[in-house]
Amino acid sequence: MSMIDVRKLSLDLGEGVRRRQILNDISLSVEAGDSFGLVGESGSGKSTVLRCIAGLYRHWTGEISIDGQTFASADRMGWCRKVQMVFQDPYGSLHPKHKIDTILSEPLRIHGFKDIDRRVSQILTQVGLGPRFRYRFPHQLSGGQRQRVAIARALILEPKILLLDEPTSALDVSIQAEILNLFSDLREQLDLTYLLVSHDLAVIDHMCSNLAVMRSGSVVESLSREQMVHGGATERYTNTLLRASEKYDRELVDELAAAS
Amino acid sequence: MTVDTRQNLTLRQWMTTEEVTNGRQAFVQKVYWGAVGFLQNPLALIGLAVIVVLLLVAAFAPLIATHDPLAQDLGAALQPPSAAHYFGTDELGRDIFSRIVFGSRITLYIVMLVSVIVGPIGMAVGMTAGYFGGWTDKVLMRVTDIFLSFPSLVLALAFAAALGPGLENAVIAIALTAWPPIARLARAETMTIRSSDFIAAATLQGAGSIRILRHYIFPLCLPSVIVRITLNMAGIILTAAGLGFLGLGAQPPAPEWGAMTSAGRRFMLDSWWVVTMPGSAILIVSLAFNLFGDGLRDFLDPRHGR
Repeated sequence: MSMIDVRKLSLDLGEGVRRRQILNDISLSVEAGDSFGLVGESGSGKSTVLRCIAGLYRHWTGEISIDGQTFASADRMGWCRKVQMVFQDPYGSLHPKHKIDTILSEPLRIHGFKDIDRRVSQILTQVGLGPRFRYRFPHQLSGGQRQRVAIARALILEPKILLLDEPTSALDVSIQAEILNLFSDLREQLDLTYLLVSHDLAVIDHMCSNLAVMRSGSVVESLSREQMVHGGATERYTNTLLRASEKYDRELVDELAAAS
Repeated sequence: MTVDTRQNLTLRQWMTTEEVTNGRQAFVQKVYWGAVGFLQNPLALIGLAVIVVLLLVAAFAPLIATHDPLAQDLGAALQPPSAAHYFGTDELGRDIFSRIVFGSRITLYIVMLVSVIVGPIGMAVGMTAGYFGGWTDKVLMRVTDIFLSFPSLVLALAFAAALGPGLENAVIAIALTAWPPIARLARAETMTIRSSDFIAAATLQGAGSIRILRHYIFPLCLPSVIVRITLNMAGIILTAAGLGFLGLGAQPPAPEWGAMTSAGRRFMLDSWWVVTMPGSAILIVSLAFNLFGDGLRDFLDPRHGR
């Protein structure tokens, strides 16, 4: 049984004349313990898929189920305990007036945990931040440290699934590698399932065993990492995207521009 | 748990060290850095000093005043400033210095009462409208527009006609027209905060609307609202003085500064001090609130924070 199962997911945003279809018949499934990548250019709807699964958008049509339970039949608090998300921008995803301690203990308080103090210090150690960061404010931390706090916040409710929305694209290259390795370690330690959105194929290659290519709200192709590396992609767009990730090419840019 | 084992730290080191060991220390450090910034702003300090003096004068008015503010002495009417009467006397021989000292109580009373009414109402309406959006926003904002379109002086005239002139009615009239700008400010702040990732994260963790409004949006709205109210205080003082000048605020013989200015204008050419003294008091106090509000903005606003 798959951990995440999305069937015929469609979503419209906006009203009246400005109403636009953002997602069109998306279907994908992710096995438990797997790390699944979603790639595509900006505006292809990758992040929107994550937001639908997380429950931040509610008016989609189709079916989303997690661990065998559909979104419609699940209670909201239970859903929170299973699915958490890490956002792209570590500067915008932490409340500027809350101490790290507050950021991490709020979810525990909402869900009525008792041993808040122990859990907070444990999770801080787990994401590679010492207890000395506990009473800092986000503006006293670097981008990488903030992203670690965001990861700690996502993990503190002990979810089974982490939705990662370009979690490293706002960080510089050396920090990116650290954070990606942290994700790999955490997945092994905690039996997590990842759904990773990225436009960086190197990140996907490093992290994921399966991936789906998205373009203007639809899934163009689903393939495994081996297929991607060994030229097993069948769709023209996927191949263009792969070639674009290797080097900058004037002709390719023109080709992409003409296609869109 | 909060006992600091590093006893060799001085207080200053404890307030500036990078090694923060508990929540109380983090709070003290934040206040310390804010205060350091505030103390480097001389104009804000002048404003603060004037406001502190105003508070002290109001608190100890009976000790500071040299005469009874209501006692008339027709034999000593319209005396120029002298050792016996620091600011001179008015047309009924009352000591103007003592009247200004006691008048500070009325001014503070109006300012505090209006702020206490306006702040919570404005924030509640603005945050609710901004966070929920849609129909809630439309209804609340149209109500706000209606209140915003009342000219405060005309509304005060209507109140005076309906309820009789007096300090309380002036306060109600000012408060009714002073909350809409606060509501608009809180709404605008809320709308920029609402779409941020940390609110999405809080929603994901199961936080309800009330919790998000109280714990996430309120602390971010509060600084700009406090700054706005402080800057508004100058306007409140002026409106109150204007109402007093028109005879709709505090009633004679209460020593309200606006009313004193109004009463003195008949003698302005011969006895300048009757108008100038209360007028200067209004000017200085309004200016002080403005300067203090500007300094407070640098101190409180998260966008200027360190």
